Amino acid sequence: MIYLANSLTSPGIGMVIWAFLIFGIFFLVLAKFGWKPILSAVKAREEMIKGSLESAARAREEMKKLQGDNELIIKRARDEREVLLKEAREVREKLIADAKGKASEEAEKIVEKAKTAIEREKAKAMSEIQQQVTTLSIEIASRIIGEKLSKTKEQEELISQYLKEINLNKN
Amino acid sequence: MKTKIVRELVLTFLIFALSVSAFGLGTNQETHGTEHGGTEKKFDASSFILDHVVDSHEWHIITIGEGAGEKHIALYLPVILYSREKGLDVFSSKKLAHGHVYKGYRLEEEGDFKGKILNVNAAGVADTENRPLDFSVTKTVVGMIFAAIVGLWIFLSLARSYKKSGISHPRGIQSFLEPVVLFIRDDIALPNIGEHKYEKYMPYLLSVFFFILLNNIMGLIPFPPPFGANVTGNIGVTFVLALFTFLITQFSGNKNHWKHVFAAPGVPTWLLPIMIPVELIGLISKPFALMIRLFANITAGHIIVLSLICLIFIFDSVWVSPVSIIFVVFMDCIELFVAFLQAYIFTLLSALFIGMATAEEHH
Repeated sequence: MIYLANSLTSPGIGMVIWAFLIFGIFFLVLAKFGWKPILSAVKAREEMIKGSLESAARAREEMKKLQGDNELIIKRARDEREVLLKEAREVREKLIADAKGKASEEAEKIVEKAKTAIEREKAKAMSEIQQQVTTLSIEIASRIIGEKLSKTKEQEELISQYLKEINLNKN
Repeated sequence: MKTKIVRELVLTFLIFALSVSAFGLGTNQETHGTEHGGTEKKFDASSFILDHVVDSHEWHIITIGEGAGEKHIALYLPVILYSREKGLDVFSSKKLAHGHVYKGYRLEEEGDFKGKILNVNAAGVADTENRPLDFSVTKTVVGMIFAAIVGLWIFLSLARSYKKSGISHPRGIQSFLEPVVLFIRDDIALPNIGEHKYEKYMPYLLSVFFFILLNNIMGLIPFPPPFGANVTGNIGVTFVLALFTFLITQFSGNKNHWKHVFAAPGVPTWLLPIMIPVELIGLISKPFALMIRLFANITAGHIIVLSLICLIFIFDSVWVSPVSIIFVVFMDCIELFVAFLQAYIFTLLSALFIGMATAEEHH
């Protein structure tokens, strides 16, 4: 039992020194060249993943917002189109109405003009006819009465006056 | 005669196909001396088991034959001795094999000093008082050096692969080891030490975890050398590991830590003369428990496995071997779990002690 106690449970100084050296070197070398790069790489990766996830979430949020905006814009555009179409319709109707009004006015004007022209022509023709009639009447009268009735100015005027009266009466 | 051959055969079967010549360095095939004579020896299980569990100056592989024709095949490791009178002596342990005296030294094979090297006088009487300091590269040291080299190789190449691949997804060896590293960080260091200080202690916790784990696993593999050395079942090794934890804990201890030792809050002053020694014992007992726990668990595992193998020779029947083998395989599975468990517990408790010593005052 002493033997057991000696060899199994009592550490020898040599073993302690060797273990100290070996584990010490193992620890120091790995601390400097092993764990540092490994842990920093793992940490960097984790931070990158975290950052990526956050930015993805942010992007998603933004997308949602944009989508909302888009819908709003589309709705506004649709409304605007409605308004524009309505306005266009109104304008068209107004234009047509205006055109109609103008056209009838114009037509009326033309008719008026034509009427006045006709009037004028009629008057002119009438006066010419009068003249003709006067001349003819005088000629006829002179033929009838002979030479007694000269073509004096007073007579001519008198006849014109009669004719006018007739004319007026007719009218 | 027959039983011994069977014993060696079973052992050989358990460990591997032997190719001894591959380990030619320091291998010695020697016909043994006469002290065993021709008499049949009774199988002594306890000394057989202890010989396999304790440290030794040679790495014994196999003994062929018996009695006068016995052949020992072993790796002879360097012996390094220092004593004030003789100075430093370095030589192969082959010189001391089988009780030979070399330069006035003898490796005791029997008695209280079995396995130790003593000074002997011309008459062959050992001097048990004035013993030389033994810094020999023993079986345990070789196993430990090999485990350290394997660990360095694995983790330095892992570090290189991280440098090369940058922060891309883990691949190859990374995907295998990264979860373990992250487990130590997230489940051992972070909860016990706290997120502000844990980074400083990560290198130590990782080193100690993988050092213990590698030595545990390499100790479970029975053959060939450098596997099968009982490194973490050596109390000298566990003492050093516990000492590291102790020193790191005390050096990182803050004001609170020392206040709790020398003036525990809420303790009346007249009680302090009792409380201070108790607290000091508490400081020591924590790493002491670490040392004993690891040593006892690993040694016990080795002893159980060896005992199960010894059943064959105790019953002196080859028909016991299937039972032994089934039980040994079962035990090895448990031991594999224990290898991880003990590495985890050592690391966890180290982190816990560091965390307690660095904790800020809560009240």
